Amino acid sequence: MTNGWTDVANADVVLVMGGNPAENHPVGFRFVMQARLQRKAKLVCVDPRFSRTAAVSDCYVPIRSGTDIAFLGGLIHYALSTGKFQREYVRQHTNASFLIREGFGFEDGHFSGWDEAKDNYHRDTWQYEVDGQGYAKIDPTLEHPRSVFQLMKKHYARYTPEKVSEICGCTVDEFRKAAEMVTIAAAEDKSGTVLYALGWTQHSHAVQLIHAAAMFQLLMGNIGMPGGGVNAQRGHANIQGSTDMGAWNMLPGYLKIPRAHWATLDDYLKANTPGKLRPDSLNYWGNTPKFMVSLLKAYYGERATRANGFGYEWLPKAGEADNHGWGFFFDRMYAGKMDGLISFGMNPVANGPNTAKMIAALSRLKWLIVAENFETETAAFWKAKPLAGQYYPAAADPAAIPTEVFLLPASCFAEKDGAFVNSSRWLQWKEAALDPPGDALRDQEIIARLFLKIRELYEKEGGKGAASLLNMSWNYATPGLPSLREVAREVNGRDLTTGKQLNGFGELKDDGSTSCGNWIYSGSWTEAGNQMARRGQEDPTGLGLYPEWSWSWPANRRILYNRASVDREGKPWDASRAPVRWDGARWVGDTIDFKSDAAPGDFSAFIMLPEGVAKFFTPDLVEGPFPEHYEPAESPVENPLHPRVSFNPLGKVFTSDRDALGTSKDYPYVGITYRLTEHFHYWTKHTAGSSQLQSNFFVEVPDELAREKKIKSGDRVRVTSARGKVEGPALVTKRIRPLTVNGKTVYQVGLPIHWGFAGRVSGPLINNLTPSVYDPNSGTPEYKGFLVNLEKA
Amino acid sequence: MQTVAKLIDTTLCIGCKACELACQEWNDQEFTLGVFQGTYQTMPDLAHNFWNLIKFNERETAGGMSWLMTKYQCMHCADPGCLRACPAPGAIVQLRNGIVDFNHDHCIGCGYCITGCPFDVPRLSPATKKVYKCSLCSDRTAVGLSPACIKTCPTNCLTFGARDELLRKAESRAEQLRADGHAQAGVYNPQGVGGTNVLYVLKDATEPEAHGLPKDPTIPLSVALWKGPLKWLGTLTLVGGILGTFFHYVRFGPRTYEGQEK
Repeated sequence: MTNGWTDVANADVVLVMGGNPAENHPVGFRFVMQARLQRKAKLVCVDPRFSRTAAVSDCYVPIRSGTDIAFLGGLIHYALSTGKFQREYVRQHTNASFLIREGFGFEDGHFSGWDEAKDNYHRDTWQYEVDGQGYAKIDPTLEHPRSVFQLMKKHYARYTPEKVSEICGCTVDEFRKAAEMVTIAAAEDKSGTVLYALGWTQHSHAVQLIHAAAMFQLLMGNIGMPGGGVNAQRGHANIQGSTDMGAWNMLPGYLKIPRAHWATLDDYLKANTPGKLRPDSLNYWGNTPKFMVSLLKAYYGERATRANGFGYEWLPKAGEADNHGWGFFFDRMYAGKMDGLISFGMNPVANGPNTAKMIAALSRLKWLIVAENFETETAAFWKAKPLAGQYYPAAADPAAIPTEVFLLPASCFAEKDGAFVNSSRWLQWKEAALDPPGDALRDQEIIARLFLKIRELYEKEGGKGAASLLNMSWNYATPGLPSLREVAREVNGRDLTTGKQLNGFGELKDDGSTSCGNWIYSGSWTEAGNQMARRGQEDPTGLGLYPEWSWSWPANRRILYNRASVDREGKPWDASRAPVRWDGARWVGDTIDFKSDAAPGDFSAFIMLPEGVAKFFTPDLVEGPFPEHYEPAESPVENPLHPRVSFNPLGKVFTSDRDALGTSKDYPYVGITYRLTEHFHYWTKHTAGSSQLQSNFFVEVPDELAREKKIKSGDRVRVTSARGKVEGPALVTKRIRPLTVNGKTVYQVGLPIHWGFAGRVSGPLINNLTPSVYDPNSGTPEYKGFLVNLEKA
Repeated sequence: MQTVAKLIDTTLCIGCKACELACQEWNDQEFTLGVFQGTYQTMPDLAHNFWNLIKFNERETAGGMSWLMTKYQCMHCADPGCLRACPAPGAIVQLRNGIVDFNHDHCIGCGYCITGCPFDVPRLSPATKKVYKCSLCSDRTAVGLSPACIKTCPTNCLTFGARDELLRKAESRAEQLRADGHAQAGVYNPQGVGGTNVLYVLKDATEPEAHGLPKDPTIPLSVALWKGPLKWLGTLTLVGGILGTFFHYVRFGPRTYEGQEK
């Protein structure tokens, strides 16, 4: 989240889209209710189905799964064409005034630079026009035809309310009502927040979708404002932490993964340290060498010296174009190109798309280690045939599977200390409530003992990539069971000359005199102690920011980009709720997202970007500088905007012999997957309470479709896709309305995800149905919006 | 002692069911499995070991789709039908703070309270042959804690406190809703049972049935008569019977059977 849960209470309008906080974030939802009671905030819910969030909303708009960009594009068009946007904010704080090179354009589904032969873009026309010093040219009047503002206006001119209705399936009136409600935030003294979750991230155009949301929020002047922002509601207690720590194809602190063509530290730093694009840009990522060198010092300690590039060369490196994302490595596993997998706190058989492929892929491993609280579907994958053979006709008999499976009992969250990083970016320290039961070990003990044993083997036998392990610094008091306090102190970083804990990333050096395990967490455990364990409830700004409660990355800042809540000269857009204020010598209030002693006019507001301002237009995303509506890989209709380029030109579709895409002829309905409030993912089906609250898998069937098919609530139905099937009782409902899309009636079938073949209650895994289709920027699977058929079983 | 109450603002309920679990956990009810009957509801109805149920009611009106989620449990009536119907002294008590509580040591399992309840709340356990329902966590409230359901509610849809104060709060929330365009918003506090210590804020108070709440609940006539205006008749019949037997004995002596003396 750019802002945080408590800040949602400051909103005047809450747009919930691609998320369902009433069901999946019920505790956070209290702040939506607070906004409603205290600020009379309006709640707008845009969702394929009338969810529990919709039930308490002021305005509900149904849309077809996978058409969110069309809806947001419609909002952008609505704001620009009616003048309901915050012009001064847009002019001062965004790249709306930047000029783009000649030749940039969009035609028939493709941006300029499309190379049909290479199936990819040349991005040279997607760049700023620069002056002699390499700075982008701007037109502050926003009138230049090649200004980002004019190009954006032109790009979204196609997204009229009628077009939105044609694509999304809502009525024009429904769209207009929602647009009127959310654009009240265009006023300087009004804020609107956007809450989203996996309903946005699980599409083949997911990153562009969030880009579109950011654009809309910039038009409203909502970024950096209390009650504003683009807010991802994280679905696991610590998924924000795992992202921050680089568990996903990143190094800690969002540093890029080293690649083979960056052979030395200098190569790496040269390629990954941006230069500024405007004279008044602070360009904070210009400090990348400090972050990276300090990280290497945390990895390799005294062995990391300037002479050896601080050990950079020991780091494993990906190939230039390698993708180690989820779908990619499972595809390689299925192709028999992987030997083993360690699965920690992850249940790929249940989580991954196209379950039958997941099971087949694991069957081709030599070994599999699962560290878990329960025997999950992944640990039990080799029993898929006896346990759920009806769904996996091609699964091998247990005896025929060569994979050696180790199930390591691991402690659960209540049995270990450490910090959870929540959606608000708060690192909240917790103590262990009890010891792990039986033979279960704490995760860090499992990892440490594996590491020490493997290193011992490398010491004895040598092997490829040994240097990375042999040089690793491992200075914990008990090497086989590092205390998480020691790890947290190491992550915060210290001054290697004085031995003192660092106060923050401002103290990092690129000469090897500081070490830091994650620069954005620097400041979380200082000489003053564990900041994450703080529980102060003071609220000096009165905005519910609670600066003494735990610790928020970065630098205990509660609202990211808060510098943009005041104008260029430092005057707040809304004086009644300014989170920061310049008192003539320094900034007070929330930790300023700026140089703390620099006057407002010294730099432009967005210090993390080379432009110094927020971006409507970006060359960084692979499928285009502006978000464009593309249909899901499986869609009931051709793209009404450009039927010849219906699907994201760079969307990744796997094509192994277990992957298949269906057409609307065989699979006429749209499948939508989602979670229910009663369960947490595939985990709580192992616990008694949640298993009681929703014991049974069910399929939500639109009333009209049910009548057509003569299905009554409780009748057993079968849902099939080109990958597999699920079966269960029907829940016939009017909450999933049939939609008219491009003149055609489209039904959506609701498929809650929580069941499987391991646990107290069982049911089919919904991912039997989902396709191996991925967003090209994030590598997230397209779990939402695929084609199914439905019949009485 | 002040009368306490629970306020349920249905406009803030998100049907998360946390109250269902909290109720079961605090009251040591064993978890079972839910029964699927075509809705999101955990159980079709309350049960002897399930005292707090969120009812899900889906309907389509001219104003659009609505999906009402309403917490259902004992209403702790000011004039409790269960208490009126109960023939076992001390089995049902009304505490001075207004809580209607069951004392299972005295319960004889006759089930009259079930007949007497206009909200269809008490349930007979087939195993213990005693009747159970929500106690408004009388064991928690006695020591100054709020009931388990209220403690766990994430959206502040549930509040606990002095009845007068909550009634005022409910009225002012209803007023706010009316000002926001929900002309029929109001407070559910049915007078047929003398008012309840569980109060609801409803967006449309003219139609409580849409939430699964009875419109004008009253104590069934038979129970009301039995323990109310006609209580003297019952007493007279009982006392008359005893006196009749006594005088019969005095007048005719012990009954003899033919052949007894043979």
